[in-house]
Amino acid sequence: MTETSQRKAYGQTLVELCRENKDIVVLDADLGGSTMGKMVETTPGMEERHIEMGIAEANMISTAGGLSRVGKIPFAASFAVFAAGRAFDQIRQSVSIGKLNVKICGSSAGVSDFGDGATHQSIDDIAYMRVIPNMSVFVPADANETAAVTKYMASHKGPMYMRLNRNAYDNVTPEGREFRVGEPYIMKEGTDVTVFACGIMLIKALEAAKALEGEISVRVVNVPSIKPMNRESVIALSKGMKGVVTAEEHSVIGGLGGAIAEALRRERIPIEFVGVEDRFGLSGHTYDDVLNYLGLTAEHIEKAVREISSL
Amino acid sequence: MAYSKELLHSLEEKGKILRRDCIRCIGVGVAGHVGGSCSSADLVAALYFYKMKYDPKNPEWDGRDYFLLSKGHVAILQYAALAEAGFFPVSDLPRCKEIGFYLQGHPHLGTPGIEAGTGSLGQGLSLGSGMAIGLKLDRKPNRVYVLVGDGEMDEGQIWEAAMSSGAKKLDNLCAIIDNNGLQAQGRTADRLDQGDISAKWRAFGWNVIEIDGHNMEQILTALDEAEKFKGKPTAIIAHTIKGKGISFAENQVGYHNRALTQEEYDKALEELS
Repeated sequence: MTETSQRKAYGQTLVELCRENKDIVVLDADLGGSTMGKMVETTPGMEERHIEMGIAEANMISTAGGLSRVGKIPFAASFAVFAAGRAFDQIRQSVSIGKLNVKICGSSAGVSDFGDGATHQSIDDIAYMRVIPNMSVFVPADANETAAVTKYMASHKGPMYMRLNRNAYDNVTPEGREFRVGEPYIMKEGTDVTVFACGIMLIKALEAAKALEGEISVRVVNVPSIKPMNRESVIALSKGMKGVVTAEEHSVIGGLGGAIAEALRRERIPIEFVGVEDRFGLSGHTYDDVLNYLGLTAEHIEKAVREISSL
Repeated sequence: MAYSKELLHSLEEKGKILRRDCIRCIGVGVAGHVGGSCSSADLVAALYFYKMKYDPKNPEWDGRDYFLLSKGHVAILQYAALAEAGFFPVSDLPRCKEIGFYLQGHPHLGTPGIEAGTGSLGQGLSLGSGMAIGLKLDRKPNRVYVLVGDGEMDEGQIWEAAMSSGAKKLDNLCAIIDNNGLQAQGRTADRLDQGDISAKWRAFGWNVIEIDGHNMEQILTALDEAEKFKGKPTAIIAHTIKGKGISFAENQVGYHNRALTQEEYDKALEELS
């Protein structure tokens, strides 16, 4: 895909999917121009497949639940803090207990809405979506993977949450690679330390691995499927290593790091987390300003790899 | 519209039967939602035994009308109606809440005839609204009925759903408000005074019909009018009595969710016979 924006990849894929399947509908809470759900609304002949719900995320999610019960496949999107955070109770009660076929897109996730500050930055959504029984949680690494995950969500039943980045950046995963649910996969082979990364932190993990070449051999693993997560695969990818590092644009509590630690809980392998320490985000002039301030950089991954390999 | 005396009488009897089933379901010494079940019983009897289309042998039949119990705490009332309609045996009702059994304390998807999990108050109307939107997209004639409690209208999501359903002109959606005037801890007016609720629903773009929720003729008239009304969803504001039909529970806050003594149990069944 020449597209490098996860949001646009989401919108374009929805348009494709709507063409193929008459039951797909797209809901937005007055942010369709940002989530790119609006691409469906502005495609001739698809106008009524986009359902504008106004600034009312709680109602949007339960409404999506109702749509799923009459055979629709609803994709409901807003900024992650609103789609997942504000509507947490509706996702739990209306959608997840009944395993309704509702797809939730948490857009502008992590600190990617860098200017808007703590109220608009989701550093906790992976944790509180992951803890809900029946819910799947996906974090595509880039635009290519966003397209693959969106297609998977449309063709598989059950409640699913996908978090997307607001900002465009180069693709690192191959175009057209089919999303394999539950499976972490190797992006770069290495023999000393495994770095498990998701979202934008995958690029930074690859950068860190390159910087460490000749010093420490780093295996970089992409983890787009936070839940389900194949425990045996995580163990196999970690076995024999001096240690494991996780890297995510999310709190170090309960996210990717938590999931990997749970998977490795019977293994004697030290783990270090790179993520947002127990704090909220903040405004910055650029995305990099915020990432750097919060320690979400390749240098922080390098440091963690060095520390874990010298234990 | 004129309804035959036989029809009205048989539906009133159904209301009594549902109340009796509820009492048997609750039994003695275990807490159960007596009051709100009895206030809604005539409304639910009219829906299941007069108005709605469904097939108890094929609960997922795509021609069915949809019923959501947004005030899900009176699940036993819906279970009673489903059992009397043939979705599952009436003899299963007393097994409600038995560990691992399909009759959960609140409506749970997977129980025959239950359309969605409800009971976290305020969410059922949104679920119904979603069904109504989907049915309209498919140009299907099925209707959606949602029973809302008056206390439940404290929840903000009810008004999000009311605004959205009104704006989308969902005339295949009918909300029935069981306006019994009491909620868990006291009189609804003493918690948050909701003021003129008819005016509120009208202001949100709904067709509003006010009725005596225990007068079967008025209930049927309202349900039939709601179906004919085009261009807006309909809210039927049903003035009811909490605990209706059981003398010692009528209009008593204490019977929202409590256990019956053997004496109360016997007296309730006797009064409802």
